Amino acid sequence: MGGYRPGWLNSTVAWVTALFLLLPVAVVVPVSFTDQRFLSLPKHTLSLQHYTALFGSEAWRGAILQSFGIALASTALAVVAGTLCAIGCWRIGRRSTELVRALMLLPIIIPTIVYAVGLYRSFALAGLLDSFLGVVLAHGVTGIPYVVVTVSTALAAFDGRLEQAARGMGASLGQTLRWVILPRIMPGIVSGAIFAFIHSWDELVIVLFIASRNVFTLPRKIWDGINENLDPSMAAVAVLLVVATVLLLLADLALRRRREGH
Amino acid sequence: MRRELGWWGLILPAFLLMTLVYLVPIGQVLVISVTEPRLGLGNYERLWTSGSVQRVILTTLRIGGLTTLIALLLGYALAYKVAMSPPNRRRWWLLAVLVPLWISVLVRAFAWVTLLRREGLVNEALLAGGLIDTPLRMVWNEFGIVVGMVHYMVPYAVLPMLASMGEVDPRLLAAARGLGAGRTESFLRVFLPLSLPGVIAAGVLVFIFSLGFYITPALLGGGRTLMAAEWIKLQITDLLRWGLGAMLATVLVVAILATLALFSRVVNLRRLFGAGA
Repeated sequence: MGGYRPGWLNSTVAWVTALFLLLPVAVVVPVSFTDQRFLSLPKHTLSLQHYTALFGSEAWRGAILQSFGIALASTALAVVAGTLCAIGCWRIGRRSTELVRALMLLPIIIPTIVYAVGLYRSFALAGLLDSFLGVVLAHGVTGIPYVVVTVSTALAAFDGRLEQAARGMGASLGQTLRWVILPRIMPGIVSGAIFAFIHSWDELVIVLFIASRNVFTLPRKIWDGINENLDPSMAAVAVLLVVATVLLLLADLALRRRREGH
Repeated sequence: MRRELGWWGLILPAFLLMTLVYLVPIGQVLVISVTEPRLGLGNYERLWTSGSVQRVILTTLRIGGLTTLIALLLGYALAYKVAMSPPNRRRWWLLAVLVPLWISVLVRAFAWVTLLRREGLVNEALLAGGLIDTPLRMVWNEFGIVVGMVHYMVPYAVLPMLASMGEVDPRLLAAARGLGAGRTESFLRVFLPLSLPGVIAAGVLVFIFSLGFYITPALLGGGRTLMAAEWIKLQITDLLRWGLGAMLATVLVVAILATLALFSRVVNLRRLFGAGA
């Protein structure tokens, strides 16, 4: 904004806030390389012992694998249901689908603790407690909002006449979807998939309620770790998670830039 | 009409999933709150009669309010800086907001514990520097909760404010300066009022997120300062008082939906998450 620059006070507060947001997470990196047996900065030398301990541990590896499997399956569920729903709402029009759109946002608005309490009861009746399928369903449903929002944003930039032309020339609904709509909104779908994946990968509150022994995800393991034994291997996990998140975000950013470049 | 039916068919899977796997469990909470331990509004009566219920509500409102206030102040400064930066630098500032937004809340709580606990890095540094003699108590109390929650909420505060600041016509500021207003005056009388919708949207969002927040208060509060979500979990998993827990859960949902309805004109959740996601 030419000729108008924020003053020193604003700049200072902005810098302090940015550091407040980033530094605490960054501090975990040196802690994970500590040569000590407790949470601290490295004293004499950098050490990879906590990373080797982590990868050597059956429990951590199992938790990571389970989380990954659950996140993949629930992302697939959220992406398919969310994308189709966003396309349907977009085509039918704002008025008649307003209620459906509002419904799809509920999982972001209503606190997860409330859902988890209700889910525990429902899943107890349905026999889905502590099962892979149960957690995938719960994470998938709560991941739908992210997909609906990103796909709707992509659809807003899509020329509806293309779809009408395809249908007019005799394409079926399936053909129109496959050849006309989906290719155009693919970046939005991938964005949605990334966020749905992160959502499931990080989710703890639901898992605390509906899973116990069979399903033991990474967040659950970290939760137990923070509550019981604060050791440097926790810092190593934290660093791995941060790196994964940053990579996914950068992928999303690159995707957006490509979309804007078109 | 048949074609229309096909499009409705696309909505069907999500609608069914959302109804069966989301709405039914939420409804279940409502039912539990009026049927257990016995049919009636006995659980809701506790809102007026039970000191512990009232204390939890007050604690939740106090911490939520404080968090919202601090997150808005810090977030406004940050959003303003982002909005005023040239595009190439703006990208980096934006990343500084988005990366923390998506980093696992568990990781962030863990980072704060590492820093703030008794033998944590901050206390060690202060002791080594001779600034304090005894370690400060910075975590497992209300201070720790607020620090962790503000850290979590600032990105959510920045995004709606940023969207609203982006709609302010920069020529208005130039005009204000040209007409003789000082830097402070043109900010206070032109920019601030124009960005106010974003501030309100951010405030509502951060406040409703704070009300139902579980992980950060549970990890950084150390079980002494109970907010609503942790209290609900405690009632249900430890004390098996399902009705009471479900009652507060219902109150929480009603409070959040009522707040949203009240501000529905200024808060556009869809747009907000379109910008943030």
